[in-house]
Amino acid sequence: MHNSSCTVKETARKILESGQAERLLGWEQDSSGYNHAPAVFKSAGELDRFIYDRFCGSNLSKLLARLREAEGRTAVLLKACDRESFNLLVREHRIDPEQVHRVDIECSGMVDIEKLRNKGIKGIREITESGDELHISTLYGEKRCRSEEVLLEKCLSCPAVSSADAFDAVGQMEERSSLERYEFWKEALSTCIRCNACRNSCPVCTCEQCIFDNPRSGTAGKASADFFEDQHFHLVRVFHAAGRCTDCGECTRVCPQGIPLYLLNRKVIKDINELYGELSLEDKELGKGALTSFSFQDAHPDIIRKRTGDQ
Amino acid sequence: MEHRVYSLPKKRMGELFGLISSSRQLFLPMEKGGQFQFSRVDEHTDLEGVSLDRLLTAGSAKELFFPQTQQIAAFRRRGKEIELTSAETLTSAFVAFGVRACDARSLEVLDRAFLGTPRDTMYEEKRSKGTVVTLACNEPEETCFCSVFSIDAASPKGDVETWIAGDTLYWRPGSEKGAELTQELDALLDPCSEEEPEGLIQLKQQIRSIIGKLPLGRLSLEQFRPEALQELFDDPAWQKLSEPCIGCGTCTFVCPTCQCFDIRDFDTGEGVQRFRCWDSCMYSDFTTMAHGNPRTSQVERFRQRFMHKLVYYPANHDGLYSCAGCGRCVSKCPNSMNMVKVMKTLGGAQHV
Amino acid sequence: MSNCSCNSTNALVPTIGVVTDIRVDTPDVKTFRVTGVQGGLCFDYVPGQCAMLSIPGVGEAMFSITSSPTNREYMEFSIKKCGILTDWLHEIEPGQQVAIRGPYGNGFPVDTVLKGRDLLFIAGGIGLAPLRSVINYCIDNRKDYGTIDIVYGARSAEDLVHIDELKTYWNSLENVSVHLTIDNPQEGWDGHVGFVPAYVQELGFDVDRTVLVCGPPIMIKFTLASLGELGFEKSQVYTTMELKMKCGIGTCGRCNIGSKYVCKDGPVFRCDELESLPAEY
Repeated sequence: MHNSSCTVKETARKILESGQAERLLGWEQDSSGYNHAPAVFKSAGELDRFIYDRFCGSNLSKLLARLREAEGRTAVLLKACDRESFNLLVREHRIDPEQVHRVDIECSGMVDIEKLRNKGIKGIREITESGDELHISTLYGEKRCRSEEVLLEKCLSCPAVSSADAFDAVGQMEERSSLERYEFWKEALSTCIRCNACRNSCPVCTCEQCIFDNPRSGTAGKASADFFEDQHFHLVRVFHAAGRCTDCGECTRVCPQGIPLYLLNRKVIKDINELYGELSLEDKELGKGALTSFSFQDAHPDIIRKRTGDQ
Repeated sequence: MEHRVYSLPKKRMGELFGLISSSRQLFLPMEKGGQFQFSRVDEHTDLEGVSLDRLLTAGSAKELFFPQTQQIAAFRRRGKEIELTSAETLTSAFVAFGVRACDARSLEVLDRAFLGTPRDTMYEEKRSKGTVVTLACNEPEETCFCSVFSIDAASPKGDVETWIAGDTLYWRPGSEKGAELTQELDALLDPCSEEEPEGLIQLKQQIRSIIGKLPLGRLSLEQFRPEALQELFDDPAWQKLSEPCIGCGTCTFVCPTCQCFDIRDFDTGEGVQRFRCWDSCMYSDFTTMAHGNPRTSQVERFRQRFMHKLVYYPANHDGLYSCAGCGRCVSKCPNSMNMVKVMKTLGGAQHV
Repeated sequence: MSNCSCNSTNALVPTIGVVTDIRVDTPDVKTFRVTGVQGGLCFDYVPGQCAMLSIPGVGEAMFSITSSPTNREYMEFSIKKCGILTDWLHEIEPGQQVAIRGPYGNGFPVDTVLKGRDLLFIAGGIGLAPLRSVINYCIDNRKDYGTIDIVYGARSAEDLVHIDELKTYWNSLENVSVHLTIDNPQEGWDGHVGFVPAYVQELGFDVDRTVLVCGPPIMIKFTLASLGELGFEKSQVYTTMELKMKCGIGTCGRCNIGSKYVCKDGPVFRCDELESLPAEY
């Protein structure tokens, strides 16, 4: 249904047939028609199961980092949103670019099946695409839906897909009073089940042992003993990712509880851009980051007091 | 003992909830941040948020009986002395309304795990105080496969079984506990004259006909027998199946039958609270000891989860599977790996 | 304080005990004597069973009880310093209270299978701890058991635990033989040198005995091979397992080997039974 779908599969075939890579990291088709899992393909023959369509939301960069011990080159398919995290993982030496055959692929936005369900669509049998509409054949009749209404959150701020401003929602949040914001997050994070899906799918989270798993860290809480624990977990994660988060949107996509984690990350990105200026690609390649390099032009730390004083 | 069927106009369900919550705590599936959760309802709750149309809550009804965190004991340490200051707290009587057939079966699975010898008194307490009111699934989802485990979503077993057929709520007590609750609601519930009203018969037929068409309804369990334990354990397919697994605990935490827990201490500054909290066999520290770990890779951890549900648990519990086919793992896994794919692959029908 | 008299039937709630004596066994093993706050045993048990010991706020872990239940005054635990809780325990002094719950597991079949039998105990390092409970139980009920042979080894002479008991008590008893070995020669050691499995083969026991083995997994593996060469069947050999545990009652889900829970169905397994389980331990 993607125009590029066949082309991507053909590219994958050529890579494996020609031996440009030992294996290819892509997606494997599921009989549901939408629940495709990331998969490693080792030969062109295995590509019968290959799929690239509207339901390949997962970012393969993180899985690629886990394959770094594998012998020989690995080919990986990168959507626009995944490329930044790939670059970050290369910069942080989690991926050896020499061992990777990188294939940039087109994407016109990925569908969020939860959003379809929230529209009351149940019992999905098949989803086809026609123009900008999805035709959903269900156990309870035929349904239609404009595809742009059910895209993943991350697609809504992707320049290739949407013209929306990624920071609009952050701006709206900033308009609220600190008490309102506190209540918002208290409610949103109260549903956190500490399953670690956000952390484990995050391309930035590649520590050998996370402090939240280390019994000697004193912070290895597996569940919330109180609300502070969940706040602590998410805020530490956001600050650990500050200046490194590429807004790939995986945390929000995978959260089983639908917590809008992207708001936290984008707030930090917005602040960094405002306070330190957007980093040039050159700076990034030099390993510079808002919190890892210093200049006298940087914002003075009292910005915190000034800001909180405003409210 | 066969109980009779009662009815109530659907539009009066608000009154029903009011009456239940006047004497017991009441939990209903409600929307919270775009997801559906069993939430406590009282006289101040806006019942607009109650959702009995949406099939499944994000987390299962197990949360009401086996909460994510539960205090075991509290201590105070002074010098060399340790004082045990308190143990578990007691639960008030509660009603869980709108529990689906799969979640109700899952409680049977948990019962066998927790109410053996010795009994888990914390679970037992919740179980004895909770009355489960099930609700038939008018519109099963394509992710459902409860029928594989001989669960009838058209007639969900519970302390009380209910159906919403058009404008009518049908109510049938299924246990002594359910009969007690029914008595308390005497003022609202109307006994039906027939043994099984026509509307109810039709609804059941309708549900069963949809279940017959579910794409996952014919998964085979034949392969998953205790005798095949070693063969399944050694199956090379685990390697490939576990490839997408990122080792998070989502599947285990949304699973209605996952029972594993950790015991942790939390130093409040004024004492130590010992609590238990859900744990996941998907986590590397689950089996890590000071001197090693019997499950060193995600392949082994992944295998453990599914072997437990499909082979180990049935081997210990008269062939009862520790899966109710609710499909939460199908819809919630970040990388789309789930019970169905495991069953299809190991069951012999690769990638159906 | 009389709070150890907590009547809760919750199996996860401990009672309070007190450490009355601490003995240094090796550079990294200490033996802790524990009684109830009012003295006496915190609970009854059979040899081979375990208990959960904890210091609230530090941690809780499962340890095998190394004393024999024929001792009605106290329980003993020989604990190797190897983690957060054990590091902490190695720093405490007598008088320290601990939280304790148990007993857990099946224990050795001292009153059934082992009765009337000639027994061969084979241990490596800290693995002597659970076997010591059985050895003393058999010695205290001497007429119920046949001859007792104890093969015990460690990395060095300093790493042999319960050395006084081995050399001066057990060795002095009739029909009890102690065979010690260390991995490498060292000054002042005139006993046997070599690994336990090889020593077992060297000693060449006849097969008319029941064997109890405990030690590091690698030692158990090679010992089983040695016993096999001597003609022993796996069904004559018992061992005791250690996996991570939290609840102790078969519900927390982490100590399983296939469908068996080590905390409940074990920790003692007959080796042929163990062999029929998936090799994930």
